[in-house]
Parts: sequence; structure tokens; C-alpha cells
Amino acid sequence: MDILRRTVLKGASASGVLAAALGAGLLKPTQALALDWNKAAFEAKDTPAAMKAVGAASAAESKDLKLTAPDIAENGAVVPVDVSSGIANTISIAVFVDKNPYPLAAAFNFSNGAMADVAVRLKMGQTSIVRAVAKTSDGKFYTASKEVKVTAGGCGG
Amino acid sequence: MSSPMKVRAQVKGDYADIKILMSHPMETGQRKDPKTNQPYPAHFIQQFTVEVGGKLVVQSETGTAISTNPVFGFKVKGAKAGDKVVVKWQDNKGESRTDEATVS
Repeated sequence: MDILRRTVLKGASASGVLAAALGAGLLKPTQALALDWNKAAFEAKDTPAAMKAVGAASAAESKDLKLTAPDIAENGAVVPVDVSSGIANTISIAVFVDKNPYPLAAAFNFSNGAMADVAVRLKMGQTSIVRAVAKTSDGKFYTASKEVKVTAGGCGG
Repeated sequence: MSSPMKVRAQVKGDYADIKILMSHPMETGQRKDPKTNQPYPAHFIQQFTVEVGGKLVVQSETGTAISTNPVFGFKVKGAKAGDKVVVKWQDNKGESRTDEATVS
């Protein structure tokens, strides 16, 4: 599957074949990236359910997982959050906002030299715990969290 | 058509710092149109990948809690000046976009 995907991407960047294939209906748009969006995890309505859906139900607190976020966010629509894992062999990081309608914000897998370090900007509906979960190559999960106070929400109208 | 991404990649010591700015509404599906009281349909990036020098370095799934016009930052060890950076995203409506930059 991965080899096929790489071939498709390489072909696309070289010649725009992908665009032609899409136009001709040979390839459904959902097949363009061979990742499976984890619908169950992203549509889970509370953090424990979302963590369970990514397989991280039993994550241990770790000081080596650093979550940097503001104490107070004046604009809940753009909350800068940095997650950096000093845990050896971290292969992926997921970020959750406990009080959002759907707590899972994003998950990142790292390979080929990418450091377990990511900067994102989150939407937060209200003051909440922001939580990072790191997964190591031996299948263990670690977590770190921080409360961010939101003075104006990012999800309302 | 969506607007191009801004991708910047700079070598800093033993890694390359990669910053990506995507242009996307990232509509959550929670906001309501004040006139009709109907929610605006969700429209958000669900997946993206980053390749450096032809190798996949970051593979991501994203939900509605990512801010409008998302910004992401990554660090990639071993990336060299001149390596090509390719970023590709796809949203929940099946729209996608690919942009490139070069590590400097």
C-alpha cells in the first residue's frame, strides 16, 4: 500500500498525472493519500474515549514530554501549542483539548529523521486542559498536560 | 482552487526547521449562520504528509480543532540544503493540494 502511494505521489509531482487521473475519475479523491483518517478517534466526544480510540487508554505521565502552551489565551481560535518529546524512540504525538466538542485535535507520525517535536495552533472553545500523548516504537504511551485559560472562545459564531 | 501553502525549511545545526502555513477555512461544523441559524457545514483538512528529499518524514491526521489557515512546525534531522520538501494535504471534501519548497 505504501509503495503504491509513494509511486502515486512521485508521479504526481513529476508530471501532474494525479490531477489528470482525478479529472478522469480513475482515482477517487479519498484514495489520493493512503492514510486512514481515524474517524472513531476524531469523533469521540470526550478525551478518555478519544485516547482509547487511538490505543492510548493507559498513558503514563512523563516529565520528558514537554507541552508548551500559553497560561491564558486571549483568542481561543488560535492557541499556539508546542509538543516536544525527549522520550527515546517516540514515533507519534497526538494532541487533545479536553473540553472541545471533539477533543482529539491532531495526531502526527514521525519517520526518516523527523524529530518528535511539533508546533500547532489549536481552536479552543473554552478554558480546558490541553493534553499531549506520545507513543514509542515499543507501543508504550506517555502523557503531559497543561491548563489553558481561554478568555474568548474559538468555536462559537 | 485553494491558495498555495507557504513552506519554509531552513537548516539549523543538525536539523532542518520546517514551517508550513496552509490556506484553509477549517470550518468546524459548530458555527451557525446567524441569518438562517443553520450550521455551516464542516470543511477541514483531515490528513497531510511532509516529505523531505523524497522520504516521508511526517504523516498527520487532523480534526476540526486546528485553527483556520493552519500553521505547523517540524524539525527533521539529516535534512540538507537543497533537499526538496513536498507537503500534501487532503480535506474532508476530498479536495487536496501539493506544494513544494527547498531546504535552505
